[in-house]
Amino acid sequence: MTDSPFVIAGRTFASRLIIGTGKYSSHAVMARAHEASGADMATVAVRRVNISDRSRESLLDYIDTNRMFILPNTAGCYTADEAIRTARLGREAGLSNWVKLEVIGDERTLFPDNEALIEATQVLVREGFIVLPYTNDDPIACRKLQDAGAAAVMPLGAPIGSGLGIQNPNNIRIIREFARVPLIVDAGVGTASDAAIAMELGADGVLMNTAIAGAEDPVAMATAMKHAVLAGRLAYLAGRIPRKMYATASSPVEGMVGQ
Amino acid sequence: MKPETKKAKGDETMVQITLNGEPFEIERPLSVVALLDKLEIDARRVAVEHNLTIIKRQRFPEVIVNDGDQVEIVNFVGGG
Repeated sequence: MTDSPFVIAGRTFASRLIIGTGKYSSHAVMARAHEASGADMATVAVRRVNISDRSRESLLDYIDTNRMFILPNTAGCYTADEAIRTARLGREAGLSNWVKLEVIGDERTLFPDNEALIEATQVLVREGFIVLPYTNDDPIACRKLQDAGAAAVMPLGAPIGSGLGIQNPNNIRIIREFARVPLIVDAGVGTASDAAIAMELGADGVLMNTAIAGAEDPVAMATAMKHAVLAGRLAYLAGRIPRKMYATASSPVEGMVGQ
Repeated sequence: MKPETKKAKGDETMVQITLNGEPFEIERPLSVVALLDKLEIDARRVAVEHNLTIIKRQRFPEVIVNDGDQVEIVNFVGGG
């Protein structure tokens, strides 16, 4: 079966898995996990340079930016203004006008502040940014973001770093129904089956960080995620059988010995 | 608030700036390029904000950091 290419804002990606760069035990492990994942887009955070300790290696020394597209995020921003400022800095530090937009509403859950998120999306779209907003698994919020000019909608599967898997599959399915822009499930994946479920629900892609970086063997988990995303996507395209309450025999009921 | 200019030995004035939220002293006003050079920071991998205005990389040589200025230098770190 042939799949349509994964395109966001006119740019085609080879992999439907988008990968983070945080929380790895070392840059070297991250580089190996990235390689194993097959991903060609990676998120990064924008932070102050450590002035007193310049000896620390640069993250970008461990990412082949010819192969990997860099997506700066606005993680840690709690207002639209902070997120907009961070997005602008990320654009200057990087090579593109793309941003994974986060406006966090609460420290414990890291759930997005939808109102501020929509406001920041409008501003950044006007400034020419390609905006990929991290949002609640709320179909109405996703619709408003799409209307505001977001290049994709990225509903969470579960809270960031929780590893709980897709908590509200029905909402993801509803978002799939009306989304005209790519749907990327961002956050909440704990293991390979979660990524497969996201794809089976019709997501165009899955974004994850902790599930790989925090695994006992990040390189093996990255490999598992690569296969899970492929398997889930293929299952979605293949069209699953309907769910039924009772059994339907797989073997012929006629021609039984002794009939 | 503008930090007071300190007098250094030999009566030369030191330039006091706020760099990434911390007080920082330089001998004289410097261009952004010169400041990055002094800090041993690769200019190609950072973004610089000068008094809350983002400075385009091609303007690094001409923008001068003066006494009392606020400078933010950011780069990419691991994130999700």
